[in-house]
Amino acid sequence: MSLRPARLRLSDLARLGGYGLRSRPLRAVLSALGIAIGIAAMTAVVGISASSRADLDQELAQLGTNMLTVSPGNTMFGKQATLPDESVAMIKRIGPVQSATATGMLSDTYAYRNDRIPAAQSGGLSVLAAKLDLLKTVGGTLDHGAWLNAATDRYPAVVLGATAAERLGNVPAVYIGGRWWVVVGVLQNVLLAPELDSAVLMGWPAATTYLGFDGHPTTVYTRSVESRVEAVRAVLAPTANPSAPGAVQVSKPSDALAARRATNAAFDALLLGLGGVALLVGGIGVANTMVISVLERRSEIGLRRSQGATKGQVRTQFVAESLLLSLLGGAFGALLGYLVTGMYATTQKWPTVVPLWVLAGGVGATVVIGAIAGLYPAIRAARLSPTEALAAT
Amino acid sequence: MNPPETVANPLETVVNPPETVANPLETVANPLETVVTAPDTLVGHPVIELAGVTKTYPGGVTALRSVDLVVDYGELLAIVGPSGSGKSTMLNLVGTLDRPSQGTVRIDGHDVASLSDRQLSALRARRIGFVFQQFHLAPGRDALGNVADGLLYTGVGKREREQRAEAALVRVGLGERLTHRPYQLSGGERQRVAIARAVAGDPPLLLADEPTGNLDSVSGAGVMDLLRELNEAGTTILVITHDREIADSLPRQVPMRDGQVI
Ligand SMILES: Nc1ncnc2c1ncn2[C@@H]1O[C@H](COP(=O)(O)OP(=O)(O)O)[C@@H](O)[C@H]1O
Ligand SMILES: [Mg+2]
Repeated sequence: MSLRPARLRLSDLARLGGYGLRSRPLRAVLSALGIAIGIAAMTAVVGISASSRADLDQELAQLGTNMLTVSPGNTMFGKQATLPDESVAMIKRIGPVQSATATGMLSDTYAYRNDRIPAAQSGGLSVLAAKLDLLKTVGGTLDHGAWLNAATDRYPAVVLGATAAERLGNVPAVYIGGRWWVVVGVLQNVLLAPELDSAVLMGWPAATTYLGFDGHPTTVYTRSVESRVEAVRAVLAPTANPSAPGAVQVSKPSDALAARRATNAAFDALLLGLGGVALLVGGIGVANTMVISVLERRSEIGLRRSQGATKGQVRTQFVAESLLLSLLGGAFGALLGYLVTGMYATTQKWPTVVPLWVLAGGVGATVVIGAIAGLYPAIRAARLSPTEALAAT
Repeated sequence: MNPPETVANPLETVVNPPETVANPLETVANPLETVVTAPDTLVGHPVIELAGVTKTYPGGVTALRSVDLVVDYGELLAIVGPSGSGKSTMLNLVGTLDRPSQGTVRIDGHDVASLSDRQLSALRARRIGFVFQQFHLAPGRDALGNVADGLLYTGVGKREREQRAEAALVRVGLGERLTHRPYQLSGGERQRVAIARAVAGDPPLLLADEPTGNLDSVSGAGVMDLLRELNEAGTTILVITHDREIADSLPRQVPMRDGQVI
């Protein structure tokens, strides 16, 4: 007869781990909670940032990432500089540029909701002359009313940006330069050109006729073939103003949009760090529970040894229990993190995205924590001499 | 989990010289699957052999002094002596839970000194059953679960463990108490569950340390009757007791005092 210990089946091992936890359910739940909180925090942080990114990606896919804007920067004297009148036509001539349009700022011109407001209270709204193809190029949409057309752009008619409309209230006309201008439409927020939100937009000819507009563009908006955007970007400044290309600013609004969303990175790192601390504390909690469990269950250990359990089998039993405990916490934490992400994303009208690697990573982390936390107590359990263990009460 | 033994089977080469066909069980592949305690073939062979066994605990207490004892298969005997005389120490050595400081211990044909901890575990799993004064039942498991779990380390599947557990509980008269938890059982019934657990795997050797120590006299007598029945069915039983009366009710007594057999 060979004296080879029988192998403990995996199903029996899982059951053994379960008995230990079920005999003290409250303690199991409490010690798994630390790990659950840690995993939940990490899952939620990654999930929320992934959801935000998914939303941004959707938005950008809709808005396009091929828009570039050109503005003149400031002159040496701090005055609003302008671009040469022919800059729009020059830019249109660049091969991959699909469209180019402009706005021109009317300096020292303000819009008021009525004629009794003192001139000093301008309300921070800008008055811009706009080319008719502006709306299409920036991807703007109307909240109500109509965009300027070939008829309205030569008469005193304006379209209000979303913020401007909010500030001025629901007025039929605004007072600019000693004259009433009819409000023909109101825009929704323009994500790629947020400067239009606080603008009062009028036709290029009307601005010239009624307000003495000089016709110089102050911002040029372009759309290019997607794959050539960077090439276009390189030549935009010298094309727009060959005499002073260094004064010209070229920017890509979709990048700015992405950057604004990414500013929460530091906060994310903080939350991730807190999640890590919770995980560490959770792991210590599990180790502590296991140490106590081993102390309390010495007679059980002795009994199992008398029944033929090897040291290795005792060790495996306690590691299994610890693994089960932390997996319990990890699974609950991942679920919690998913729910938190879902709730937050819903309030933000974002799609809920929790990357699979986060869930897998969370479970992986708990397995590692469980194994480490359980190893020392398990080794202590296995080292107990059977007789001393049986003598313990 | 189970690395292969480094020494393939030390028993065959070292422990059992061919002159003694000491252990007829060696031919049986899985002892659990046969009636292990076939008295006809085993009676007259020793299951326990202690020779010059001394046990000194760390700290200097010598609990056993040069003890010699031979117990044959099929015996029912009492180790009897006052508290502190070394009875439990002897049971631990016989049960291979501990090793002697000096002398040799042979159990079921195996020299304990030549076996690794893993091999001793396997020996206990298949060949030795234990009954303790404190029962050592898991409070959260019913009678059936407690008994079935006793077979965890024998390599038998769950279904069969439960079948054997039920059979063992019926055998000790607790067929109606299968789903009772320990707190729902009397002391005598608890000890019966513990006995069922010890014999569910049909070990040839049953060791009982003060099995009636926590019981009233009626339950105690019931437990002793049960042990006698199990012995009649073939199991070798060694009972430790400080109670002369109980010892005298058994076929053989080994009196002890101050770590020595007298
Ligand atoms: N683990 C141990 N460490 C030190 N001394 C022990 C230990 N176990 C038992 N003893 C001592 O050995 C002697 C015999 O104890 P034991 O075998 O338990 O006797 P019994 O079972 O007959 O009451 C006692 O003096 C006891 O104090
Ligand atoms: Mg004792």
